[in-house]
Amino acid sequence: MTQLTTPAAATPAAAAHTRSPGRPGRTRRSPAKSLLLHGTLILASLIAIGPIAWVLLSSFKPGYAVQSSDLTLVKEPTLANYSYVLFDTNFPKWLLNSVIVAAFTMLIGIFLSATTGYAVSRFNFPGRRSLMLVFLVTQMFPAAILIVPIYTIMARLGLINTLPALIIAYLTIAVPFCAWMLKGYFDSIPTSLDEAAALDGCGPFAIFWKVVLPLARPAIAVTAFYTFLTAWGEVMYASAFIQTDNKFTLAYGLQQFVPQFNPQWEYLTAAAVLVTVPAGLVFMFAQRHLVSGLTAGGTKG
Amino acid sequence: MRTVTAEPAPASAPSGRRSAPPSRLRRSWDKHWYAWAMVLPVVIVLAVLIFYPLFRGVWLSLTNLTEANQVAEICTRSITGSEVCKDNPNKWEFVGLDNYVNVLSGNVGQFWQWTGITLIWTVGCVVFHYGLGLGLAVMLNRPMWGRGLYRVLLVLPWAVPAFVSAFAWKFIFNERFGLANSVLSSLGIDPVDWFSNQWTSLFTAIVTNIWLGVPFMMVALLGGMQTIPGELYEAAEIDGASPWQRFRNITLPGLRSVSMTVILLGTIWTFNMFPIIFLVTEGQPAGETEILVTGAFRAAFEGIRNYSLASTYGVLILSILLVFSVFYRRVLRKQGEVW
Repeated sequence: MTQLTTPAAATPAAAAHTRSPGRPGRTRRSPAKSLLLHGTLILASLIAIGPIAWVLLSSFKPGYAVQSSDLTLVKEPTLANYSYVLFDTNFPKWLLNSVIVAAFTMLIGIFLSATTGYAVSRFNFPGRRSLMLVFLVTQMFPAAILIVPIYTIMARLGLINTLPALIIAYLTIAVPFCAWMLKGYFDSIPTSLDEAAALDGCGPFAIFWKVVLPLARPAIAVTAFYTFLTAWGEVMYASAFIQTDNKFTLAYGLQQFVPQFNPQWEYLTAAAVLVTVPAGLVFMFAQRHLVSGLTAGGTKG
Repeated sequence: MRTVTAEPAPASAPSGRRSAPPSRLRRSWDKHWYAWAMVLPVVIVLAVLIFYPLFRGVWLSLTNLTEANQVAEICTRSITGSEVCKDNPNKWEFVGLDNYVNVLSGNVGQFWQWTGITLIWTVGCVVFHYGLGLGLAVMLNRPMWGRGLYRVLLVLPWAVPAFVSAFAWKFIFNERFGLANSVLSSLGIDPVDWFSNQWTSLFTAIVTNIWLGVPFMMVALLGGMQTIPGELYEAAEIDGASPWQRFRNITLPGLRSVSMTVILLGTIWTFNMFPIIFLVTEGQPAGETEILVTGAFRAAFEGIRNYSLASTYGVLILSILLVFSVFYRRVLRKQGEVW
């Protein structure tokens, strides 16, 4: 299977665009089939964007219109929900907390795992296979088993209710994942480049630093974004470790808008839009490369 | 990695004394030291942040640690301000396998009920993720007008952070003003009290997670399809194979390795998917839609924090996943997949 996945990993962007030109008979479809195909895809697209659109529309409605049972697309559009969320709540503070936590998780995670990804990709050293297996197995560790010990460690270090606690906890998710992803990408960089650099007298660290790392820059960017988004959206640790309002991250802070009694859905929708737009933009940039990296890492031992 | 820690000894020993060829370890060290140096930071991080907590978690599951008995000493402040401390008579202690016995026999918590819900949740989600993802990928893999646009629209749910999707769908399934009930009413169907019945409640969570997870499967499978050489299809067509036969005999086998990876990952992710259940159903009604992960979380951080019980659930969850993965790998290997 390796040779089949390699082309996609090597040129993920290109592979997404180029189709093998002209499959005979495929381009000409009967009108009925064409209708069925487009109909299905349009329906699927509507389902895909429906909830997002509905939240977006609701965020512009005044509170009483959001919490009413009659179905209207637009009703007295207003920006009041946004201004309330941005200026009268701790939302900006939560946003800042989320950015800090996600950024540090990303930086530390990438920094730690790039060399490992390279070593696992290039050198056939004893322990390599078991390390790969460990990366895979750690994907299986439910936060449920790690969360209590990490919580007690944090409590002993006095880090409960601080942002570093979250960063450390998120590294448990980020590091194996980054190493796994980057290994997949490094595999797609031809080893002949390493060999050429070695002939020129570069040591293994110099090859990594001067040759491979610059080539892997897009991959590192994508991995970085993905780690960022993972930390951005994590709920469990954020719910367990953070206790005071001004330390919440967005994932936990948003719950404050919809308590059991008197939920304020209009503010939640506005906040949800504010959270999604930047994350969505980052994501759209990253996603194409993401899967090829992930599945390439997965299919090649 | 055991070799790394064993290294320093032979390296520091005077190597000149032995004129015999250097030991296997020594040669291995000379050849691989830079590889080991490169993986060292991550090995340390994994050891400190994952394996130490893991072993501690296993240890905690053998104790009766809760929030109430966690302190070793009880200190009382007298009216003069001096503090008197004495040993906590009810200090937490080692209890062996009691937690496991209690959990597995159903004396404490609802392990088997949660396991059942988790299985339904996982199987339901993964089957739909894969099925819908494959269907959409097959459709998107054909040359047609507007393919790029469809692709972007269909990927959108993935771009939404999971907790936001959870809120969005909880909003849609709201009993009083949710979109779902409005649509049902306009179709002349009675609105449903989604969260007051176990199955409709679970249904909302599964729908949310399917919506969230299909794009990943679709993109992954689409990527896999694009690595299948077009000549295979041409040859099949010349031989007179029907579209279904081409799908069965070329597309599916060509997708095997990608499929196996994404199904394994998807299963593990869904099994441990915390935010959707936690935020959408919140276990309603009365904890009947709790999955193992959210149940363990609630044991640890809600009410009297029962840390040891939560660790026990954690160990059991991990065991289930490990058994599943080993089994899965074995089946794959039997079918000749080297992985």
